[in-house]
Amino acid sequence: MNPDKPKMGFFETIANIDRRVIFLFVGFAVIIPVLLSFSCREEATPIVQSIFDKIESLPEGSKVLMSFDYGPSTVPEVQPMVDAFLRHCCEKNLKIYMMALWGTGHNLISESMEDIIKEEFPHKVYGLDYVNLGFKAGQQGLINVILTDLKKMYTTDALGSEIDAVPMMVDIRNLKSFDLILSMGGGFPGIKEWVLFGGDPGNIPVAGGATAVSAPLLYPYYPRQLLGLLGGIKGAAEYESALIKGYPKFKTYSHPGIDMMGPQTVAHIVIVLFIVIGNITFFMGRKKEEEEKREGGALK
Amino acid sequence: MRRQIPLIITFIVGSVLIISVFIPHKPFGQLGENFSVYFDIIAVFAFILGAGNLLRVHGNRIYRKHKDWPYSVVTVAGFTVMMIAGLFKIGGSPGITGDLTEPGSMFEELYMYVFTPLMATMFALLAFFVASASHRAFRAKNKEATVLLLAAFVILLGRTPFGVKLTSWLPDPLSFLEIPNLASWIMSVPNMAGQRAIMVGIALGVIAMALRVILGVERTYLGADSE
Repeated sequence: MNPDKPKMGFFETIANIDRRVIFLFVGFAVIIPVLLSFSCREEATPIVQSIFDKIESLPEGSKVLMSFDYGPSTVPEVQPMVDAFLRHCCEKNLKIYMMALWGTGHNLISESMEDIIKEEFPHKVYGLDYVNLGFKAGQQGLINVILTDLKKMYTTDALGSEIDAVPMMVDIRNLKSFDLILSMGGGFPGIKEWVLFGGDPGNIPVAGGATAVSAPLLYPYYPRQLLGLLGGIKGAAEYESALIKGYPKFKTYSHPGIDMMGPQTVAHIVIVLFIVIGNITFFMGRKKEEEEKREGGALK
Repeated sequence: MRRQIPLIITFIVGSVLIISVFIPHKPFGQLGENFSVYFDIIAVFAFILGAGNLLRVHGNRIYRKHKDWPYSVVTVAGFTVMMIAGLFKIGGSPGITGDLTEPGSMFEELYMYVFTPLMATMFALLAFFVASASHRAFRAKNKEATVLLLAAFVILLGRTPFGVKLTSWLPDPLSFLEIPNLASWIMSVPNMAGQRAIMVGIALGVIAMALRVILGVERTYLGADSE
């Protein structure tokens, strides 16, 4: 130990805390609730409930277009929303049309089909109850085209079958043939582009789910242009809770949104505590500086 | 001519697309649709251009042994492996119409077990940096910073069940002060107002920029020798 080195006070130590210590705290705040299976039930807020109610109100056989506009980086946040929507649509016997504006969304459609539709609803038939249209380049330009003629861009489905050979595609002309558009993601292109180029000009209800960081950017469209929005894990957890409330059988199914609310709650509390500590040390430091200045002035 | 032809194309396409919104009938409606299809076709070719550019930039770095060139090797190797796995549909249904994402195919396996965990890890690291940055930078230095700090507190707590429990004891007439209700208010009133103002500003800027491009005033998109 260096005897010449001035001894740091408690608040100075806290203020200069190594960031790796903070990382450690955040790590534990996430890992411990996961290990203890600490989860929290949510109540659906109006912005989430409105999507649930809309799907609930659609008659059997209604057509829902689901666009997978996200990638693996946001899978932990967005996938629980996708799973919940797919379950709800399958339970209501709605026809599900899946497509992607993002190249990375193509694989996620296949994974969702395998994990949710084929696994949990094995009686659903591909081409009759659900179809994978895959990824097409063009971003908002693609939406612009399919608003008037979907088959101009989609001549086959993702498996290579002729589009008119897919029974549920026969009576689809354009975006206006759908009763609801669900865009999953929140990045570019995503919900905003679906609202601007699809929902508004075609007068088609648009809803969706976005990551927590992008959700605030979409609030200006709610509720007139955007029917509802699931924001981050909380949005997913709220929808899962609404689904369980409406269909208690889903209680036994996986609900990652609800499960992740526990770790998120603890992590948020840890971050809030660090902000509080940071501010206390800041004010203590400022007070000390003022006192030193005053003492210096008095000596002069 | 190298400058005039792109300028003429931009002027015609831009004007027709604007007119087609206001007059969605023949010939403008049809032309507008066709131009959108051309855009989608061009977007596909942009991938080829992007791939070529990626190989050129990173190939050059490797060849010249630039700083951090081993990372470029990883980039090129990752790109090549994924492209071969996808183009030749290794382990999946062969043929041009074979499903790229068929379970068990090499492309799908690489996507699920390499690409997905790597991307999710990168995104998850944000939580650690946010916590560290909040501790160091989120200070109530002045009035504006204090308001921002309070809003962040309410949103952070309002997005968790802990926030609900913290203020659930408040009587009904004061329920608007419950943290989740405050969080909801912040998101749907001040946040929405701010976002809308920004969006209107951006939209006006985009209109001005679009007009400059269509009329040929703005030519930077043509490249360095546009003047």
